Amino acid sequence: MSSEHSHPHITPIKIYLAVFATLIAGTWLTYWVAYKDFGWLNTPVAMAIAIVKAGVVVLYFMHVKWQSKLTMLYAAGGFVWLLTLFAFTLQDYFTRSWLPVYE
Amino acid sequence: MSSTVQTHAPHAHSPHEHSGVAHAAEPKTNYLTANYGWKSWVFSVDHKRIALMYLFTIAFMILVGGVFALLVRLELATPAGDLLQSENYNKIFTMHGVVMVFFFLIPGVPAVLGNFLLPIMIGAKDLAFPKINLLSYYVFLVGILLTLTAAAMGGVDTGWTFYTPYSSTYANSQVALAAVAVFITGFSSILTGLNFVVTVHKMRAPGMTWFRLPLFVWANYATGLIILLSTPVVAITIVLVALERLFHIGVFDPAYGGDPVLFQHMFWFYSHPAVYIMILPAMGVISELIAAFSKKRVFGYPVVAFSSLAIAVIGFFVWGHHMFVSGQSTYAGVVFSVITMLVAVPSAIKVFNWVSTMYKGDVLLSTPMCYAIAFLGLFTVGGLTGIFLGTMGLDIHMHDTYFVVAHFHYVMVGGMVTAFWGGLHFWWPKMFGRMYPEAIGRVAAALMFIGFNMTFFPQFILGYMGMPRRYHFYPEEWQVLNLVSTLGATLLGISYLLPMIYLPWSLKFGKVAGKNPWGAKGLEWEADSPPTTFNFDKTPIVTEEAYAYPEGARHQPEAKVV
Ligand code: HEM
Ligand SMILES: [Cu+2]
Repeated sequence: MSSEHSHPHITPIKIYLAVFATLIAGTWLTYWVAYKDFGWLNTPVAMAIAIVKAGVVVLYFMHVKWQSKLTMLYAAGGFVWLLTLFAFTLQDYFTRSWLPVYE
Repeated sequence: MSSTVQTHAPHAHSPHEHSGVAHAAEPKTNYLTANYGWKSWVFSVDHKRIALMYLFTIAFMILVGGVFALLVRLELATPAGDLLQSENYNKIFTMHGVVMVFFFLIPGVPAVLGNFLLPIMIGAKDLAFPKINLLSYYVFLVGILLTLTAAAMGGVDTGWTFYTPYSSTYANSQVALAAVAVFITGFSSILTGLNFVVTVHKMRAPGMTWFRLPLFVWANYATGLIILLSTPVVAITIVLVALERLFHIGVFDPAYGGDPVLFQHMFWFYSHPAVYIMILPAMGVISELIAAFSKKRVFGYPVVAFSSLAIAVIGFFVWGHHMFVSGQSTYAGVVFSVITMLVAVPSAIKVFNWVSTMYKGDVLLSTPMCYAIAFLGLFTVGGLTGIFLGTMGLDIHMHDTYFVVAHFHYVMVGGMVTAFWGGLHFWWPKMFGRMYPEAIGRVAAALMFIGFNMTFFPQFILGYMGMPRRYHFYPEEWQVLNLVSTLGATLLGISYLLPMIYLPWSLKFGKVAGKNPWGAKGLEWEADSPPTTFNFDKTPIVTEEAYAYPEGARHQPEAKVV
């Protein structure tokens, strides 16, 4: 328990640089795919790249990779909750058109 | 007794310490007397001093919000809109809502009672992050100053919910400033929530297992989770409103391809859980009061503990019940309506378990217990009328009427505020070492109960008859009920002013309280009254579950006479 506090994890500079490179590459990739047309996959492709970038930031820059299981659980919990926000909001948007429209 | 062991002074004591009674004249210092001067307060990282700073700040905000409430009720005493113009009336009820919700109801119990008690109840010296705790107070203060500035510069007229497009396309008042204030205040809550969650995980005294935690701690832990998961969303929502206004990114404004109803989704994703941020800590207080004054373990303790978590989780999936008539899809409405029925279950479990705790207990009707019993009745009415509103078909009739106003005042004022007063009386001797005057305390509690019901019960009837909220004139036939409500509000106001007078009075003239004036169980009653800076002279070792009252425990006979 106390070891977690007195010995904070020190990440080698190399890892930071690698993460930085990944993020820059991801940004270029986003830019590049923005000019391609994948049809309905356009948004999923852009989102997939963004998720990878966010994951790298959370794991390495925010040190979640080296934390206790409890911390990981909390970090994951935040994302699960974000998904519920999306899911329950979209159940409104996706079903609005189901209603008959009376003129 | 273990309290004579002074661990904070490791060097040898001078031998005359043992020379006897003469030194009784040299009182042990406590957190109030540990050091003096304004700096020792404004830079204090002691959770107890920060709690007191919150207490005084929040007491001031109650008065500010109370003045706005008074103006609303005065205006509604007559059917004509004679006291205030429509624009001003809009601003007055908005400022009432903003001040009360963000600066009293949400922080009230956690920031005052929670800050003070949570570390003591788990046998810790302080919260996990004392400096973050102080930061949360100053962030809160900045939020208050900005809100008051917005009020002074002309106020806000959107309602406390800041719905778009009132707050965007048609904003015509200090909306931007008030939104920034709410944004900032949110961070104060996040910091407190974070502190509570980490503290409960990491700082429990040896032997203080999860199922030995007092239910007040469970409730504040669950509240911390809700705060952490929901508050960022309202912050993001406010940022999106700002981005849309500044850069015309289409989010909420149809002119740019947005949807105003999306604002309501995001707002209520925070604000429905926020109503549980208000009520859960209050429920924690009630568990403590009922156990202490019935001298029994809370009936079904683990179920009550888990019901807090259940409320925290299910409370996230019901927000659409605020939007039945907003243009939200009916199918989504049905889902939200059904889940709303579910969230009432854990709330009801708590109420049943509190009543069962009192059954065959030695119930002592002291002031805090009077407040607790009032809570049971008022919260139940509030919760059950919530079920009415959660029924989609019925809500189409009741939405935006005084029925809704009555519902949420029953839960927030009848629930949270009542519990706040009960808790404040209960722990007052712990916080300041003095007893409040018991007789007048009970009078205030009784007056509160009468005044409260007079104020808000007529509003159920008015709402059912169709009186809309947020208008300042109404047909003549509704005047009698509105007058009763205004008179009741006057009584209610007096009942809240009374403790604001006699509690400070008791600081000087109240009977000196011992460590445990109620004969209650719990680590806070083993600490001094008022506690020392680090709460305990020695880290306590916990060997029993919470509320370990012996079978058939009774109150001291002298407790009964008061
Ligand atoms: C016990 C279960 C509860 C249920 C089923 C419930 C249900 C509802 C529903 C359906 C509405 C929307 C009514 C409408 O606008 O047409 C509502 C409004 C409201 N409720 Fe509850 N509620 C419950 C508990 C609470 C609690 C504990 C609080 C606060 C401590 C609370 C505070 C509010 C507030 C502030 C509003 C009105 C918000 C506004 O439009 O300004 N409710 N409730
Ligand atoms: Cu709600």
